[in-house]
Amino acid sequence: MSAWRKVLALHLAVLLALLVLQFVLPPYHHTNVARIMVLAAYAIGYNVLLGYTGLMSLGHAMFFAAGMYGAGLPVYYFGMGAPAAFACGLAAGVGLALLFGLMALRTVGPSFLIVSMMFGQALFLVTLYFNEITLGDQGFILSEKLRPLELAGTQLGFHEPAVKYNLALAIFTGCLLAALALRLSALGRVLIGIRENEERTRLLGYDSFRYKLLALGVSGALSAAAGAGYALLFSYVGSTFASILFSIYPLLWTLLGGVGTVLGPLVGTALMFYLVDTVSGVTSSYLLFVGAALVALVLWFPLGILGTVRSRWLPWLP
Amino acid sequence: MAAVAPLLATQALSKHFGGLAAVREVSLEVAQGEIRAIIGPNGAGKTTLVSMICGRHEPSAGRIVYRGRDITALRPWERLRLGIAYTFQVTSIFKGLSCYENVALPAQRGLMHGLARRLAPGEAAIEARVTAALGAVGLEDMAWQRADELAYGHQRLLELAMALATEPRLLILDEPTQGLAEAEISAFCDLVRQIARQATVLIIEHNMQVVLALAGRVTVMDAGEILAQGTPAEIERHPAVQKAYLGR
Repeated sequence: MSAWRKVLALHLAVLLALLVLQFVLPPYHHTNVARIMVLAAYAIGYNVLLGYTGLMSLGHAMFFAAGMYGAGLPVYYFGMGAPAAFACGLAAGVGLALLFGLMALRTVGPSFLIVSMMFGQALFLVTLYFNEITLGDQGFILSEKLRPLELAGTQLGFHEPAVKYNLALAIFTGCLLAALALRLSALGRVLIGIRENEERTRLLGYDSFRYKLLALGVSGALSAAAGAGYALLFSYVGSTFASILFSIYPLLWTLLGGVGTVLGPLVGTALMFYLVDTVSGVTSSYLLFVGAALVALVLWFPLGILGTVRSRWLPWLP
Repeated sequence: MAAVAPLLATQALSKHFGGLAAVREVSLEVAQGEIRAIIGPNGAGKTTLVSMICGRHEPSAGRIVYRGRDITALRPWERLRLGIAYTFQVTSIFKGLSCYENVALPAQRGLMHGLARRLAPGEAAIEARVTAALGAVGLEDMAWQRADELAYGHQRLLELAMALATEPRLLILDEPTQGLAEAEISAFCDLVRQIARQATVLIIEHNMQVVLALAGRVTVMDAGEILAQGTPAEIERHPAVQKAYLGR
């Protein structure tokens, strides 16, 4: 099918552009883009739940933080290597997501939002309460403890910008392709059915609870992958990343880029990152500008950037 | 009556909403292959009855037996997999999606067995089913239109195509002709007759013309109970029905 090829070509082109970008960017933006890619992976995870399944969470920082602490603590305390630590982070995120889902998915709509926020806050408080282990909001640095990656005999230190950038790109690529595959699969169709009309979907033969749990598991996995990646690549783990602000960010990034579009989270994250970056160079009240941007967004682009592009020009955009 | 076991039987099925008894001990038998109409005034409990059959509502008391098996405790998605499909009285389509996607969701259900097939049931097989279902209701040219852009009559047909895509054995139609124009209604009757060659049809209908044209047997409900049952001709002559329908 030609639509299929178009979709695949577009997403591969974006990944290729990100790959090439590292050779032309000045150092400052080089680091920024690496950071954006990891945060965008988090937003992609968030979008699987909000955009595809129609479940709005305000506690997603718990999955990001589960990935972050799941990867960071074993490195800090046991000197675990990066690949194993990454896997621990991923497992922590998926486990938490499924556990949370079994309890929280009994609620729908605004109740789900509130319950997710409460669980998110609970995990945030856990990171503060056990501050002897987590070092609370002061956090801990991994760079001393993290052994460099060994790949075909060469040592790749995490402090090297090229390593940082390409690992960030690898995490982003994995999350993007996972989200795209889910979106285009039979499962994705069921999730979208649930988003559009859950009762109808149940009467068409689908146990919506199981599919929502699956979506939450995938969303938790992608968010945790981003959290684990962030800890390992940027060498810091702290409870700020479990705070409510880090649950609101992916919502804003996704809304800005386009809810329910595969590439929207990347666009939204990049724009918001540079908006904050630019404005905070001028004034300390940058959140005011972020707020103004969001009001404008809701007024003129309620579908977000790529959502608007899709509805006006590119109906095939997934 | 015939000794053959019915496709569907409800046994003293009741539903209470708070203190209100919407359906009271209804025992209904539907034979394999028939077109059965359920008629009755508003509030007679018709929709509540079929909602219990398809699993939307849980009964307060009674049993539902389908193909010799007690399905009272089954969830709606399990009943669909046994071949019970339902079309809503108030059109319930996925308005933001294309007609193709609306029908693809039920069409892929039967193809999703096992993990691999769940992930990729095969778009070609799904497409064949979608095309067949849309073709059956005459919407094949509108596959890529958004459902909410369709005319009302077409939305009703899309709703029917979604049910057909599940390849039902028992198709429950809840007031399918409501809001349709005369010409659309007669085309719709032809369509139901065609569907009835493969499936048993249970149809709730207000339009007596449609009932007389389609139904082999008619069940009349009033105030949550079965008032009368019989052939359309018997029902027309039935004194209780004349009283309820034609004014006392």
